[in-house]
Amino acid sequence: MSRPELRDYHAPVWREPVIMELSHPGRRGQIFPPPEPAVTATVGSAEDLVPKPMRRKDAPALPELSEPEVQRHYLKLSQQTLGMMNISLFGTCTMKYNPRACEEAARHLRHVHPLQHEETLQGILQIIHDFDLILCELSGMDQFIFQAGGGADAAYTHCVVTRAYHQSRGELEQRNEIVTSIQAHPCNAATAAASGFKVVTLMLEDNGYPSTEALKAAVSNRTAALMVGNPDDMGIYNPAIKDWVGIVHDAGGLCFYDHANFNGVMGKLRASELGFDACMYMLHKTFGAPKGGGGPAVGAYGCTAALAPFLPGPVVTMEGSRYRLDEERPLTAGKVREFYGNVPQILKAYGWARAMGAAGIDQASDLSVLANNYMDRRLAEIGGLSRSNPDNRQWRMEMTRWSLGKLKEDTGIGTVEVANRMADYGIDPWWMSHEPWVVPEPFTPEAGEMYSKEDIDTWVAVVARIVREAYETPDLVRTAPHRQAIRKIKGDVLDDPARWAMTWRAYRRKHRR
Amino acid sequence: MNTNEPQAHPWMANSTAEIQQAMLAAIGARSIAELFEQIPADHRLRRPLDLPPALVSEAELSRHLVETLRRNRTGAECLSFLGAGCWPHHVPAVVDEIVGRTEFLTPVWGSPQSDHGRNQAWFEFNSQLGELLDMEVVQLPVYSWGCAAGHAIRMASRITGRHEVLLPRVSDPERLSVIRTYCEPREMPRHIDLVPVDSDAAGELDLADLRRKISQRTAAVYFENPSYLGMIETKGAEVAALAQASGAQLIVGADPLSLGILKAPAQYCADIAVGPTQPLGVHMNAGGGVGGYIASRDEERYVREYNGFLVSITETERKGEHGFALASSHQTSYGMREAGKDWTGNSVYLWAIAAAVYMALLGPCGFREIGQLIIARSHYAARRIGTVDGVRLPFESGFFKEFVVNFDATGSTVAQINRRLREEHAIFGGKDLSKELPELGQSALFCVTELHTAADIDRLVAALTEVLS
Repeated sequence: MSRPELRDYHAPVWREPVIMELSHPGRRGQIFPPPEPAVTATVGSAEDLVPKPMRRKDAPALPELSEPEVQRHYLKLSQQTLGMMNISLFGTCTMKYNPRACEEAARHLRHVHPLQHEETLQGILQIIHDFDLILCELSGMDQFIFQAGGGADAAYTHCVVTRAYHQSRGELEQRNEIVTSIQAHPCNAATAAASGFKVVTLMLEDNGYPSTEALKAAVSNRTAALMVGNPDDMGIYNPAIKDWVGIVHDAGGLCFYDHANFNGVMGKLRASELGFDACMYMLHKTFGAPKGGGGPAVGAYGCTAALAPFLPGPVVTMEGSRYRLDEERPLTAGKVREFYGNVPQILKAYGWARAMGAAGIDQASDLSVLANNYMDRRLAEIGGLSRSNPDNRQWRMEMTRWSLGKLKEDTGIGTVEVANRMADYGIDPWWMSHEPWVVPEPFTPEAGEMYSKEDIDTWVAVVARIVREAYETPDLVRTAPHRQAIRKIKGDVLDDPARWAMTWRAYRRKHRR
Repeated sequence: MNTNEPQAHPWMANSTAEIQQAMLAAIGARSIAELFEQIPADHRLRRPLDLPPALVSEAELSRHLVETLRRNRTGAECLSFLGAGCWPHHVPAVVDEIVGRTEFLTPVWGSPQSDHGRNQAWFEFNSQLGELLDMEVVQLPVYSWGCAAGHAIRMASRITGRHEVLLPRVSDPERLSVIRTYCEPREMPRHIDLVPVDSDAAGELDLADLRRKISQRTAAVYFENPSYLGMIETKGAEVAALAQASGAQLIVGADPLSLGILKAPAQYCADIAVGPTQPLGVHMNAGGGVGGYIASRDEERYVREYNGFLVSITETERKGEHGFALASSHQTSYGMREAGKDWTGNSVYLWAIAAAVYMALLGPCGFREIGQLIIARSHYAARRIGTVDGVRLPFESGFFKEFVVNFDATGSTVAQINRRLREEHAIFGGKDLSKELPELGQSALFCVTELHTAADIDRLVAALTEVLS
């Protein structure tokens, strides 16, 4: 293994004030013309068109700045965001390159309105339709929709489709439970509850997944659905998943495959062969669309033909050589969001899939699993850390959950402190774990197919350096970061109603008087 | 270089045989296939994927995407009067530059320190929208206006312990469908009943009907200002008083672009404000630009009910320095799973940055100007359209940027008129209301914004005159 030199790094420090503090009365950043004389001659003054009781009296206290001042302010803020400019192995999120050619193509959609007549939307409807076919091939499902604004929203979509399905059979009142597991993403349990179901959560056994016996005990004629991911965030694949699906089906429930961790199994297995009724892909993770720091995102939700009548509308269909937006869906569960999805993201994901092709997609899962196991081997050379489920010695999938439990015991330095320190080396802080932490002081790296072997070596070298620092100079890590735009934040105000301030006006009232 | 080796893929640094061999050697595996040992054989797909041919060359890919997209017609080449939940507005070039910055566009997130700039931009979204709304707590946006209304109604239900919401009978069916989903079917234990309230002759909420229907069961009254059909609701204070007297929450949906000239919901005593974020510097994107805000007073009983991310300003270890981080965050589904407040996840946070830049560019004068320009031009458009033979305006004034046009006396349907406008004049007419609101006959909802000049409106009127002659 090469031993990469760690570079000196320091984030830009701009000490940029809050934008309200940059205001100077009278400055303008955008001008709109007055109404044309013909307009004023016809309708009179704009002020008089506002009914009296609704006229705003005081102008909002927005900042007043010139256009370049605004531009420079936000450019500086972008520079003070590490934002994957170097190496981010942020597990469970599958960090990818977002092809700029797709960004460029998406500009075309800026001035498209979702309610335009279908005849004027044939290009984008074709892309949505063809991408639906690609996802159907990858999953074995029969129909995808893209309305959900993220993975959690796709889980919610499954819950509302489940409601509509059981309602149509007169069983919704009886089937009021959704079964999930403790290592499934929290959104599965949360959306099940928010859509009105009771949540039954299966706990893990020593082998890393819940036992089939526990599932059998949990399933009954009250079961509406099972919602699980596989492989999980430990990188462990549940080999009994087909039996699970059979058990839930026999009880009359539906099975939803949260395919958040699709990157390691793309081209290797499909939801349909495992028996699932529905699945979800995140286009902003697995399919190369950008994450935007938390959206706009797409949870592509696919299901079998049997469930398709219950999908939220509209569904893009093809009739002859024309593409249509089908809203005539008598059994539909109702919408989860207005219109038919974050369309530019669908376009970008389609572009990604076309550029990868079947062989490229298969190779991407190969490389992501190879990269993870390579990284695992390198991390194992560092003291103070351990792999989750140490007795499971099989190769892991595309990510592995690790623990800093020993480091914490030895030095008092845990995963939060190490994450903060990573940024001092220009590395985005790692993903720790969803709640609850099933291993102490967790972290979850995922290299994916984009990052090079050299990137992985550098990343591991940074971890090794910080672990050494934890043993030798723990205060250096405890007080990190030291080379960022700001020092470590104080968290105590964040849960104090007297001191938290979610807006500048609240801050001024509470702290500046 | 060995020319017989398969080509490396431009997006995969390790897609060369030699690197893979080195990595396999380092871990002591013979093949990549071996690494998939966890997946039982009978779970595997037994054939290669059958996908369209790969377009590995960027030149080919770009050409394919652009040529396909050219089959669309867009608002850039046609004159569009479509609104109804997604509106054509000017997006300043600086906004596009900032949201295109790689640091904002590509990542997920890190720490409050490594994401300092992004968190500050988020705080500035909250802060500026808080000024427009006259409210102290603003959450990062949720997926859409309908989702924001849905979450707000569920907040009100939890706060009051009641399970009924009063809302306008005439509502956007798109948004109403989302709200109905969020309120859950009757079979669910926390189902919230939707009780429709009629409109009066002026197109506003009918107070007499509201009085009849409001009760101790009412968790919330929800209305929009401007309403779905564009009307400015003038009796906000009376509605607020009725809600308060019944112990119900008042939730108001407001177009933020109207707030330079219209009162903010809080100024007529709304408890929770919601609305769209797309007008604040986000392109229509075929509906992929939508987002929704939720705001309230800074009272703990509200703050503890938010579903998503609240960004607070805080101190750092360096004296006098600010940082920004999530406040009251344990209540989210990330922290509490099914015990959290509704759920959260990826949303439209890049658009929060777009909106922050947009609001900073406009400032107080910009919001006044754009509001005045829109209300003047929309009234001009209505007056001019109203002069066309057989065309009638159910409401001649009192709207903001959208208004209803009735074509009953022309003998043509909206569908027929819009078809000819589209095919013969490159104009997208207003949204056809005839199916969703049959009581309005052959009516359409026209949207006029700062982008529609008097000349554009005159062109529409000339085209309508020709189509209807």
